[in-house]
Amino acid sequence: MTPPFAVIAVLTIAAAVAAMTLRNLVHSALAIAVAFIGLAATYLQLNAQFVGLTQILVYVGAVAILIVFAILLTRGGEAPEKSVFSLSWIWGVLVTLAVFATLVWAIKHSFVVERETSVTAPEANVQQIGQALMTRFVLPLEVIGLLLTAALVGAVIIAMKEESVKAKIEDGRSKMDEPANPSSILHPPSSRGGQR
Amino acid sequence: MDQIFVALKHWLLGQLATILPAWLLPVVSALMSIAAIIGVFATLFAIMTILERKGLGRIQNRYGPNRVGPFGFLQPAADGIKAIIKEDVVPRAADKVVHFLAPVVLVIPALLVYSVLPIGRNMVAIDLDAGLLFFFAVGAASELAVFMAGWSSRNKYALLGAMRAVAQMVSYEIPLILSTISVVMITGTLSPVKIVEAQSTHAGLLPDWFVFTPWGFAGFILFMISANAEANRSPFDLPEGESELVAGYFTEYSGFKFALFFLAEYLGLFAVSGLGITLFLGGWNSPFAALDFVPSWAWFFAKLLGLIVLFIWTRGTLPRLRVDQLMNFAWKFMIPMVLINLVAAAAWHYVGGGFARWFVSGAIVLGSYLLLGRGLFHGKGITKRTYRYAE
Amino acid sequence: MTPLAGYLILSAMLFAIGLAGALTRRNAIIVLIGIELMLNAANLNFIAFWRFSEHPEALTGILFVIFSIGVAAAEAAVGLALIISIYRHYKTTNVDEVNLLKG
Repeated sequence: MTPPFAVIAVLTIAAAVAAMTLRNLVHSALAIAVAFIGLAATYLQLNAQFVGLTQILVYVGAVAILIVFAILLTRGGEAPEKSVFSLSWIWGVLVTLAVFATLVWAIKHSFVVERETSVTAPEANVQQIGQALMTRFVLPLEVIGLLLTAALVGAVIIAMKEESVKAKIEDGRSKMDEPANPSSILHPPSSRGGQR
Repeated sequence: MDQIFVALKHWLLGQLATILPAWLLPVVSALMSIAAIIGVFATLFAIMTILERKGLGRIQNRYGPNRVGPFGFLQPAADGIKAIIKEDVVPRAADKVVHFLAPVVLVIPALLVYSVLPIGRNMVAIDLDAGLLFFFAVGAASELAVFMAGWSSRNKYALLGAMRAVAQMVSYEIPLILSTISVVMITGTLSPVKIVEAQSTHAGLLPDWFVFTPWGFAGFILFMISANAEANRSPFDLPEGESELVAGYFTEYSGFKFALFFLAEYLGLFAVSGLGITLFLGGWNSPFAALDFVPSWAWFFAKLLGLIVLFIWTRGTLPRLRVDQLMNFAWKFMIPMVLINLVAAAAWHYVGGGFARWFVSGAIVLGSYLLLGRGLFHGKGITKRTYRYAE
Repeated sequence: MTPLAGYLILSAMLFAIGLAGALTRRNAIIVLIGIELMLNAANLNFIAFWRFSEHPEALTGILFVIFSIGVAAAEAAVGLALIISIYRHYKTTNVDEVNLLKG
């Protein structure tokens, strides 16, 4: 085990644990961004330069931002007073331990794990990836384009405030608790900070 | 003269090789590149602040700073000393750790992106195969830093400014990246060094820079507009609109941290201008073969200064947009336009040489510009404004 | 050099952490983050197997990860839109309280 790999692995694991245990949701989101960067560093270490940089661009530049927006739009910027863990957390831990034990058992008993890297590092430059995308993998590429378009349209429709649909669903509910204007969605945390 | 800095570095490394152990040499080499980049661009930051303040002053019919040194040109030094010795105030309710980390996280990517910019012949810190992707991947990290600054301050102006800034940066990142794709399509590489090499020839009077093609010209304009919005500068400076949000996401920062935000903003502006030069303006190439005796890095910095003056001029001239105008402009004009620009670049490649490709490519760009521009103004009832001036 | 087992163990640990978060946390957004982490752990496996394979020039692992990143981005967008929609309806993002099929 080389020192760079050890440092990156410890950092990634620590960030992932922090993301899953911290009480404040925004802290969790920032920790998961660190974990994504750690994974990108692992990819770079494995000679997969293009994938590592794509990982940073998509996960840190887009997914982390999306998560942060969702946290603020659902007023999750403050740590809750109650427990952050689910009522059935004990079952979750048991299932996780079972899955982890199975994975470790599988890795221990596999014959490929002691394989060392080939002497010459494999080449994966941008041109080769582009060639592969346009020849052998052209159908998956088109499918993923369709999927992303569908996801874009779907996300907009789900999150869109449609007055007629809302009126049907919210039949009988009071309309007072709906935010009056878009700017008040952004729950400024200063209101709580000032009370301390 | 052209290779003076490269030669200097090699000479220094050769001298050091006798003293230092061999494993330390790559580290020293990297440190020398980093020190040079930080030194040069921090100096440029100082020059730009004074240029901007004096230039804006002239545009607004006033003098600008003129007290420190000759014509006020030592003002940046005075500002720097002031920023360092000022008290660092952190709000009591702030999230201390995130509040401290935000300026650091903002400056690091702003400096990292310079490592792939070729600022002269053989003058690039790392020649990455996927350099352009590196530039955008690292640059994307600054959005998270902006959010961290705004959220951790526990101030509603800071939070609103951060949300505006992040929404704006995410929206304008798409046209920024897509406008560079046309260059990637034509050159067939993501490496900035190879893109500059592709523009090093001369065709007749004009050099083979991409800005002198229909798709390249449109791409350059779209790129500069997106770059302006990415850097949160006027006319896209809503995130820090003084009349509404005090100073936006860095309202609660003071002293040296405030200076760091300022530095990161300008470093980002230089980096993205440098990328624009690399992609569209021929990088460090000279415009005419007769001028090749001027060093390559001098051309790069001359072009950079030209773009900086353009940015200052824009800032002094145009009024600030509203949020809805900003988003409409991004999604209804910029993004369709960059997508059509990709078609124009493809037509340029496939129609073949001669006059025909100028006609086809130019017609696609110009026609879509007229149609989209008309669509943007449609139904707005916008008429020409008349002004009355004081006698 | 780090053998393949090192990367596989790192990936298994990340997968377990993500699974634990997805199964034990109350907040739906953290559940989604946990799922993203599990997807990333799977991606790490693909890259590691590509690097240590006997035919790395086939690039299958790399391309699978590129498609997987695309799918994960779409999943995050739709998932977060669903969470925002649920929040509008129930005024909570706690998965323990969102237990009715009919609003």
